Amino acid sequence: MSLVVESVAKSFGHFPALNGVGFSAPKGAFVALLGPSGSGKTTLLRILGGLEVADVGHVAFEGDDLLALPARERRAGFVFQQYALFRHMTVAKNIAFGLSVRPRRLRPPRAEIIRRVHELLSLVQLDGLEERYPSQLSGGQRQRVALARALAIEPRLLLLDEPFGALDAKVRKDLRQWLRGLHDRMGLTTIFVTHDQEEAFALADFVAIMNKGEIEQFGTPDEIRSAPASAFVKDFLGVQAYMLPRIGLARR
Amino acid sequence: MKREMSVFPSRVRAATDDPPLARIVLTFVAITFIALFLLLPLFTVFSEALAQGIAAALAALDETDAIAAIKLTLLVAAIAVPMNVVFGLAASWAVAKFDFCGKSFLVTLIDLPFSVSPVVSGLIYVLIFGLQGWFGATLRDWDFKVIFALPGIVLATMFVTFPFVARELVPLMTDQGRDEEEAAVSLGASGWSAFWRVTLPNIKWGLLYGVLLCNARAMGEFGAVSVVSGHIRGLTNTMPLHVEALYNDYQFVGAFAVASLLALLALVTLTLKSILEWRFADEIAASHRH
Repeated sequence: MSLVVESVAKSFGHFPALNGVGFSAPKGAFVALLGPSGSGKTTLLRILGGLEVADVGHVAFEGDDLLALPARERRAGFVFQQYALFRHMTVAKNIAFGLSVRPRRLRPPRAEIIRRVHELLSLVQLDGLEERYPSQLSGGQRQRVALARALAIEPRLLLLDEPFGALDAKVRKDLRQWLRGLHDRMGLTTIFVTHDQEEAFALADFVAIMNKGEIEQFGTPDEIRSAPASAFVKDFLGVQAYMLPRIGLARR
Repeated sequence: MKREMSVFPSRVRAATDDPPLARIVLTFVAITFIALFLLLPLFTVFSEALAQGIAAALAALDETDAIAAIKLTLLVAAIAVPMNVVFGLAASWAVAKFDFCGKSFLVTLIDLPFSVSPVVSGLIYVLIFGLQGWFGATLRDWDFKVIFALPGIVLATMFVTFPFVARELVPLMTDQGRDEEEAAVSLGASGWSAFWRVTLPNIKWGLLYGVLLCNARAMGEFGAVSVVSGHIRGLTNTMPLHVEALYNDYQFVGAFAVASLLALLALVTLTLKSILEWRFADEIAASHRH
């Protein structure tokens, strides 16, 4: 197992966001953290990314004690729900950021950075948009820039926080298939947070169903669908399947 | 319902469409107010200064005490403004990016100089650093003068102008949130380089605006400086104090000449701001939208 999360807990003041959760996944796995809002899935993702510090717990990743490393040494590409692109920088500068902030001796030469930016732009199918500012892009384009920026640091771990949450249904579907293809080609370990059951089950190798700071069930989509481990999981899957078309409309 | 609406079509008006009379009256009131209370005084200052010709006005400026006052004012602004940039940045960074207890108290505290009379803030420094004050004896032993000297004037100016930078930045930085800094750190940036490369460029227009306002006020502050300066001509009189001194001596041309210079500095500040806003309109818009 390449990623092992063990009894990670975190509370904000008196509010327990995570009550000691754990799971493990092999290298190259695509894991979805699925659950209603407030279930702790984003908190878990932020702990893995180093943006939040766990109260207790242990995470091993490819032989490293992940939680002992500062965020910037984890080589975890984080993609934010609202993209968090640097608004004063062009697309090219955004993507180059992770490379150009490296200390001088680790920084690739300028020409190499430019070459990498072009490579990533064509990877996310945004050739020719180098000089645009984020405000001049559509939602789907921004999301792909955010992804390219995260990939520029050659991450070992890709962390996505509701990456398609702010996009409309059509773009969502296209992007997620493309993302899955990208994940497979690059051999990353990817963890992504969603509250959309269909998305989680269509994309992921493993799904963690979360509720009130606990993982109710962890398994492949088939395992979970054929044998829901708890009343909550059964209920959550049932209700979501029934509500899906309405949620889609409400988003608009 | 449908019939009723079609009976009085002429009475139907868009909610944003004010009647012509209201528009004319409102415009008139606004223009009159601006003319009477803003333009007229400005015009008077310049016309009084030039009452005996431009030579007399220039002569009033080219005089030892006047030059000393101008130099002192510029020096005080040159010290107080950068200090307030640093403090304002630190305070707004803390308020906008972190949660800690006593935060709302700090926000209130930042506004304190706006609500306290400048005279009172000047008096505070006299009470602390004056000869009879808390540190008076110690400072005298060290032979270091605060009150009736440059340090006091700088302190009083800093106190009065403190909110300008912080107030400009707190809402801006709160609005922008922590997302971009978090993204920068997850991409490998240190806290320091996240600040230089992400935070500062995002707030630079707000910061510049705060600095310009802070500077205008720093050069124009009268009340607090008046209390701590001691009005020593050619030594501790800033431009506003010099204007008062000349006026009290019935040297109207001189008083208004120095006042014109102060007003000109303010106008230059405003022009600078407008030019920057016009020149970088796209970039400013880009940093607000996302």
